[in-house]
Amino acid sequence: MDQAKGQRLILTAPDIVLLTLLLVTTIALARLRNLVAVIMLLGLYSLLMAVLWVSFDAVDVAFTEAAVGAGVTTILMLAAVALIGREEKPHRHNPLGPLLIVVATGAALIYATAEMPRFGDPDAPAQQHVAPRYIEDGPRETGVPNMVTAVLASYRGYDTLGEITVIFTAGIAVMLLIGARRRKREGDQ
Amino acid sequence: MDVLGHYNYWISIALMMAGFYLVIARANLMKKLVGLNVFQTAVFLLYISIGKVSGGTAPIAKEGFTLYSNPLPSVLILTAIVVSVSMTAVALAIIVRIREAYGTVEEDEILEQDEA
Repeated sequence: MDQAKGQRLILTAPDIVLLTLLLVTTIALARLRNLVAVIMLLGLYSLLMAVLWVSFDAVDVAFTEAAVGAGVTTILMLAAVALIGREEKPHRHNPLGPLLIVVATGAALIYATAEMPRFGDPDAPAQQHVAPRYIEDGPRETGVPNMVTAVLASYRGYDTLGEITVIFTAGIAVMLLIGARRRKREGDQ
Repeated sequence: MDVLGHYNYWISIALMMAGFYLVIARANLMKKLVGLNVFQTAVFLLYISIGKVSGGTAPIAKEGFTLYSNPLPSVLILTAIVVSVSMTAVALAIIVRIREAYGTVEEDEILEQDEA
Protein backbone atom coordinates (compact mmCIF):
# COMPACT_ATOMS: atom_id res chain seq x y z
CA MET A 1 0.00 0.00 0.00
CA ASP A 2 2.83 2.43 0.79
CA GLN A 3 4.09 2.59 -2.76
CA ALA A 4 0.73 4.04 -3.87
CA LYS A 5 0.47 6.62 -1.13
CA GLY A 6 2.99 8.89 -2.84
CA GLN A 7 1.20 8.71 -6.22
CA ARG A 8 -1.39 11.26 -7.19
CA LEU A 9 -4.79 9.62 -7.49
CA ILE A 10 -5.87 10.84 -10.90
CA LEU A 11 -6.55 9.45 -14.35
CA THR A 12 -3.62 9.52 -16.77
CA ALA A 13 -3.74 11.39 -20.08
CA PRO A 14 -4.20 8.24 -22.28
CA ASP A 15 -7.14 7.17 -20.09
CA ILE A 16 -8.80 10.55 -20.49
CA VAL A 17 -8.29 10.46 -24.28
CA LEU A 18 -9.78 6.94 -24.49
CA LEU A 19 -12.75 7.87 -22.28
CA THR A 20 -13.43 10.93 -24.46
CA LEU A 21 -13.13 8.83 -27.66
CA LEU A 22 -15.73 6.43 -26.21
CA LEU A 23 -18.16 9.31 -25.75
CA VAL A 24 -17.53 10.61 -29.31
CA THR A 25 -18.03 7.10 -30.77
CA THR A 26 -21.30 6.68 -28.89
CA ILE A 27 -22.68 10.05 -30.03
CA ALA A 28 -21.77 9.23 -33.67
CA LEU A 29 -23.39 5.81 -33.26
CA ALA A 30 -26.60 7.33 -31.87
CA ARG A 31 -26.92 9.78 -34.78
CA LEU A 32 -26.31 7.35 -37.67
CA ARG A 33 -29.19 5.66 -39.49
CA ASN A 34 -27.28 3.07 -41.52
CA LEU A 35 -27.36 -0.01 -39.29
CA VAL A 36 -24.19 -1.56 -40.76
CA ALA A 37 -22.27 1.60 -39.86
CA VAL A 38 -23.88 1.61 -36.40
CA ILE A 39 -22.71 -1.97 -35.79
CA MET A 40 -19.18 -1.13 -36.97
CA LEU A 41 -19.10 1.76 -34.50
CA LEU A 42 -20.38 -0.57 -31.77
CA GLY A 43 -17.42 -2.85 -32.54
CA LEU A 44 -15.09 0.13 -32.30
CA TYR A 45 -16.72 1.08 -28.98
CA SER A 46 -16.03 -2.43 -27.61
CA LEU A 47 -12.42 -2.32 -28.84
CA LEU A 48 -11.79 1.09 -27.23
CA MET A 49 -13.30 -0.31 -24.04
CA ALA A 50 -10.90 -3.29 -24.20
CA VAL A 51 -7.87 -0.98 -24.60
CA LEU A 52 -9.05 1.12 -21.66
CA TRP A 53 -9.44 -1.97 -19.48
CA VAL A 54 -5.86 -3.04 -20.16
CA SER A 55 -4.89 0.35 -18.77
CA PHE A 56 -7.20 -0.27 -15.77
CA ASP A 57 -5.38 -3.59 -15.00
CA ALA A 58 -8.34 -5.79 -15.97
CA VAL A 59 -6.49 -7.76 -18.67
CA ASP A 60 -8.73 -10.86 -18.55
CA VAL A 61 -11.84 -8.73 -19.07
CA ALA A 62 -10.10 -6.77 -21.83
CA PHE A 63 -9.36 -9.78 -24.00
CA THR A 64 -12.80 -11.25 -23.39
CA GLU A 65 -14.37 -7.95 -24.46
CA ALA A 66 -12.13 -7.77 -27.54
CA ALA A 67 -13.04 -11.33 -28.56
CA VAL A 68 -16.69 -11.46 -27.52
CA GLY A 69 -17.84 -7.82 -27.55
CA ALA A 70 -15.94 -6.60 -30.61
CA GLY A 71 -15.83 -9.99 -32.38
CA VAL A 72 -18.78 -12.32 -31.76
CA THR A 73 -21.42 -9.64 -31.09
CA THR A 74 -20.46 -7.71 -34.24
CA ILE A 75 -20.68 -10.86 -36.38
CA LEU A 76 -24.06 -11.86 -34.89
CA MET A 77 -25.46 -8.37 -35.43
CA LEU A 78 -24.19 -8.14 -39.03
CA ALA A 79 -25.78 -11.53 -39.75
CA ALA A 80 -29.08 -10.28 -38.31
CA VAL A 81 -28.92 -7.02 -40.27
CA ALA A 82 -28.41 -9.02 -43.47
CA LEU A 83 -31.83 -10.59 -42.73
CA ILE A 84 -33.77 -7.53 -41.54
CA GLY A 85 -32.52 -4.71 -43.80
CA ARG A 86 -29.86 -2.13 -43.15
CA GLU A 87 -31.73 1.21 -43.02
CA GLU A 88 -33.41 2.66 -39.97
CA LYS A 89 -36.50 4.68 -40.95
CA PRO A 90 -36.65 8.33 -39.86
CA HIS A 91 -38.68 8.40 -36.65
CA ARG A 92 -41.83 10.42 -36.28
CA HIS A 93 -41.77 10.88 -32.53
CA ASN A 94 -40.65 14.02 -30.79
CA PRO A 95 -37.32 13.13 -29.07
CA LEU A 96 -37.81 15.84 -26.42
CA GLY A 97 -39.58 13.61 -23.86
CA PRO A 98 -36.96 10.82 -23.83
CA LEU A 99 -34.16 13.43 -23.88
CA LEU A 100 -35.63 15.08 -20.78
CA ILE A 101 -35.86 11.75 -18.92
CA VAL A 102 -32.29 10.82 -19.89
CA VAL A 103 -30.80 14.19 -18.89
CA ALA A 104 -32.65 14.15 -15.54
CA THR A 105 -31.49 10.58 -14.77
CA GLY A 106 -27.93 11.40 -15.83
CA ALA A 107 -27.85 14.56 -13.69
CA ALA A 108 -29.06 12.61 -10.64
CA LEU A 109 -26.39 9.93 -11.19
CA ILE A 110 -23.60 12.49 -11.69
CA TYR A 111 -24.73 14.26 -8.51
CA ALA A 112 -24.38 10.90 -6.71
CA THR A 113 -20.74 10.48 -7.84
CA ALA A 114 -19.66 13.52 -5.78
CA GLU A 115 -19.25 11.27 -2.74
CA MET A 116 -17.48 8.45 -4.64
CA PRO A 117 -13.81 7.74 -3.78
CA ARG A 118 -11.29 9.21 -6.23
CA PHE A 119 -10.20 7.07 -9.17
CA GLY A 120 -7.50 4.58 -8.12
CA ASP A 121 -7.77 5.28 -4.38
CA PRO A 122 -6.18 2.29 -2.52
CA ASP A 123 -8.23 3.22 0.59
CA ALA A 124 -11.58 3.03 -1.24
CA PRO A 125 -14.13 0.71 0.45
CA ALA A 126 -14.04 -1.64 -2.58
CA GLN A 127 -10.35 -2.32 -1.89
CA GLN A 128 -10.74 -2.92 1.88
CA HIS A 129 -12.89 -6.05 2.23
CA VAL A 130 -12.90 -9.51 0.60
CA ALA A 131 -10.44 -8.57 -2.18
CA PRO A 132 -7.28 -8.55 0.05
CA ARG A 133 -8.18 -12.10 1.16
CA TYR A 134 -8.12 -13.36 -2.44
CA ILE A 135 -5.02 -11.34 -3.36
CA GLU A 136 -3.02 -12.62 -0.37
CA ASP A 137 -4.21 -16.23 -0.15
CA GLY A 138 -5.57 -16.96 -3.64
CA PRO A 139 -2.32 -17.85 -5.45
CA ARG A 140 -1.12 -19.95 -2.48
CA GLU A 141 -4.40 -21.84 -1.96
CA THR A 142 -5.18 -22.59 -5.61
CA GLY A 143 -1.70 -22.65 -7.13
CA VAL A 144 -2.87 -20.29 -9.90
CA PRO A 145 -0.89 -17.05 -10.10
CA ASN A 146 -3.72 -15.22 -11.88
CA MET A 147 -6.14 -14.19 -9.14
CA VAL A 148 -9.02 -13.60 -11.55
CA THR A 149 -8.74 -17.18 -12.81
CA ALA A 150 -8.37 -18.44 -9.23
CA VAL A 151 -11.67 -16.83 -8.19
CA LEU A 152 -13.50 -17.64 -11.42
CA ALA A 153 -12.52 -21.28 -11.82
CA SER A 154 -11.78 -22.37 -8.27
CA TYR A 155 -13.52 -20.38 -5.52
CA ARG A 156 -16.58 -19.59 -7.64
CA GLY A 157 -16.42 -22.58 -9.97
CA TYR A 158 -20.13 -23.32 -9.55
CA ASP A 159 -21.00 -19.80 -10.72
CA THR A 160 -18.96 -20.41 -13.85
CA LEU A 161 -20.88 -23.63 -14.37
CA GLY A 162 -24.07 -21.55 -14.07
CA GLU A 163 -22.66 -19.19 -16.68
CA ILE A 164 -22.24 -22.09 -19.08
CA THR A 165 -25.87 -23.02 -18.39
CA VAL A 166 -26.83 -19.49 -19.49
CA ILE A 167 -24.98 -19.91 -22.80
CA PHE A 168 -26.56 -23.34 -23.29
CA THR A 169 -30.06 -21.93 -22.62
CA ALA A 170 -29.44 -19.03 -25.00
CA GLY A 171 -28.26 -21.48 -27.68
CA ILE A 172 -31.43 -23.57 -27.30
CA ALA A 173 -33.61 -20.42 -27.39
CA VAL A 174 -31.98 -19.20 -30.62
CA MET A 175 -32.36 -22.65 -32.21
CA LEU A 176 -36.04 -22.84 -31.24
CA LEU A 177 -36.73 -19.31 -32.50
CA ILE A 178 -34.98 -19.57 -35.87
CA GLY A 179 -33.63 -23.07 -36.56
CA ALA A 180 -36.73 -25.21 -35.98
CA ARG A 181 -38.92 -22.94 -38.13
CA ARG A 182 -36.48 -23.04 -41.04
CA ARG A 183 -36.42 -26.84 -41.01
CA LYS A 184 -40.23 -27.03 -40.98
CA ARG A 185 -40.46 -24.70 -43.97
CA GLU A 186 -37.92 -26.79 -45.91
CA GLY A 187 -40.01 -29.90 -45.07
CA ASP A 188 -43.14 -28.30 -46.60
CA GLN A 189 -41.49 -27.67 -49.95
CA MET B 1 -16.09 19.20 -8.98
CA ASP B 2 -13.23 16.75 -9.00
CA VAL B 3 -12.63 16.35 -12.75
CA LEU B 4 -9.49 14.20 -12.75
CA GLY B 5 -10.67 11.96 -9.93
CA HIS B 6 -14.22 11.41 -11.18
CA TYR B 7 -14.04 11.70 -15.00
CA ASN B 8 -14.27 7.89 -15.37
CA TYR B 9 -17.56 7.83 -13.45
CA TRP B 10 -18.98 10.73 -15.48
CA ILE B 11 -18.10 9.12 -18.81
CA SER B 12 -19.63 5.79 -17.83
CA ILE B 13 -22.81 7.60 -16.74
CA ALA B 14 -22.88 9.59 -20.02
CA LEU B 15 -22.49 6.33 -22.01
CA MET B 16 -25.23 4.65 -19.95
CA MET B 17 -27.55 7.56 -20.65
CA ALA B 18 -26.75 7.45 -24.39
CA GLY B 19 -27.69 3.76 -24.40
CA PHE B 20 -30.82 4.48 -22.33
CA TYR B 21 -31.81 7.21 -24.83
CA LEU B 22 -31.47 4.81 -27.78
CA VAL B 23 -33.63 2.23 -26.00
CA ILE B 24 -36.50 4.61 -25.17
CA ALA B 25 -36.40 7.09 -28.09
CA ARG B 26 -35.79 4.94 -31.19
CA ALA B 27 -38.46 2.84 -32.87
CA ASN B 28 -36.05 0.51 -34.73
CA LEU B 29 -35.60 -2.69 -32.69
CA MET B 30 -32.02 -3.18 -33.89
CA LYS B 31 -31.10 0.32 -32.72
CA LYS B 32 -32.72 -0.40 -29.34
CA LEU B 33 -30.57 -3.52 -29.00
CA VAL B 34 -27.43 -1.52 -29.86
CA GLY B 35 -28.47 0.95 -27.13
CA LEU B 36 -28.85 -1.91 -24.67
CA ASN B 37 -25.33 -3.13 -25.54
CA VAL B 38 -23.89 0.37 -25.07
CA PHE B 39 -25.60 0.61 -21.67
CA GLN B 40 -24.28 -2.79 -20.54
CA THR B 41 -20.69 -2.08 -21.57
CA ALA B 42 -20.87 1.30 -19.80
CA VAL B 43 -21.86 -0.49 -16.57
CA PHE B 44 -18.86 -2.81 -17.06
CA LEU B 45 -16.64 0.28 -17.38
CA LEU B 46 -18.00 1.62 -14.07
CA TYR B 47 -17.13 -1.64 -12.28
CA ILE B 48 -13.68 -2.01 -13.84
CA SER B 49 -12.71 1.58 -13.06
CA ILE B 50 -13.71 1.05 -9.41
CA GLY B 51 -11.30 -1.93 -9.25
CA LYS B 52 -8.23 0.02 -10.38
CA VAL B 53 -5.66 0.85 -7.69
CA SER B 54 -3.19 3.65 -8.50
CA GLY B 55 0.35 2.27 -8.78
CA GLY B 56 -1.03 -1.28 -8.74
CA THR B 57 -0.50 -3.90 -11.43
CA ALA B 58 -2.75 -6.52 -13.05
CA PRO B 59 -3.77 -9.14 -10.44
CA ILE B 60 -1.31 -11.86 -11.49
CA ALA B 61 1.06 -12.90 -8.69
CA LYS B 62 4.72 -12.32 -9.51
CA GLU B 63 7.88 -11.85 -7.45
CA GLY B 64 8.71 -8.21 -6.92
CA PHE B 65 5.14 -6.88 -6.99
CA THR B 66 3.18 -6.18 -3.83
CA LEU B 67 0.33 -3.94 -4.96
CA TYR B 68 -2.33 -5.43 -7.21
CA SER B 69 -5.56 -3.98 -8.59
CA ASN B 70 -8.79 -5.53 -7.33
CA PRO B 71 -9.49 -8.88 -9.11
CA LEU B 72 -13.16 -9.10 -8.01
CA PRO B 73 -14.71 -6.57 -10.45
CA SER B 74 -12.91 -8.44 -13.26
CA VAL B 75 -14.48 -11.74 -12.17
CA LEU B 76 -17.97 -10.21 -11.98
CA ILE B 77 -17.66 -8.53 -15.37
CA LEU B 78 -16.24 -11.62 -17.11
CA THR B 79 -19.47 -13.41 -16.18
CA ALA B 80 -21.52 -10.37 -17.19
CA ILE B 81 -19.91 -10.20 -20.67
CA VAL B 82 -20.89 -13.82 -21.35
CA VAL B 83 -24.46 -13.20 -20.16
CA SER B 84 -24.57 -10.05 -22.31
CA VAL B 85 -23.59 -11.89 -25.52
CA SER B 86 -26.14 -14.64 -24.76
CA MET B 87 -28.82 -12.00 -24.31
CA THR B 88 -27.81 -10.29 -27.55
CA ALA B 89 -28.03 -13.58 -29.46
CA VAL B 90 -31.56 -14.32 -28.16
CA ALA B 91 -32.69 -10.73 -28.81
CA LEU B 92 -31.37 -10.91 -32.40
CA ALA B 93 -33.22 -14.18 -32.96
CA ILE B 94 -36.44 -12.56 -31.69
CA ILE B 95 -35.89 -9.53 -33.97
CA VAL B 96 -35.38 -11.80 -36.99
CA ARG B 97 -38.62 -13.66 -36.12
CA ILE B 98 -40.51 -10.35 -35.71
CA ARG B 99 -39.25 -9.29 -39.12
CA GLU B 100 -40.49 -12.58 -40.64
CA ALA B 101 -43.92 -12.21 -39.01
CA TYR B 102 -44.54 -8.46 -39.51
CA GLY B 103 -42.23 -7.55 -42.41
CA THR B 104 -40.77 -4.66 -40.42
CA VAL B 105 -38.62 -4.00 -37.33
CA GLU B 106 -39.99 -0.50 -36.62
CA GLU B 107 -41.90 -0.54 -33.35
CA ASP B 108 -44.63 1.94 -34.39
CA GLU B 109 -45.40 -0.02 -37.60
CA ILE B 110 -45.63 -3.26 -35.60
CA LEU B 111 -48.07 -1.62 -33.15
CA GLU B 112 -50.16 -0.29 -36.07
CA GLN B 113 -50.40 -3.80 -37.55
CA ASP B 114 -51.40 -5.21 -34.16
CA GLU B 115 -54.19 -2.65 -33.78
CA ALA B 116 -55.48 -3.04 -37.33
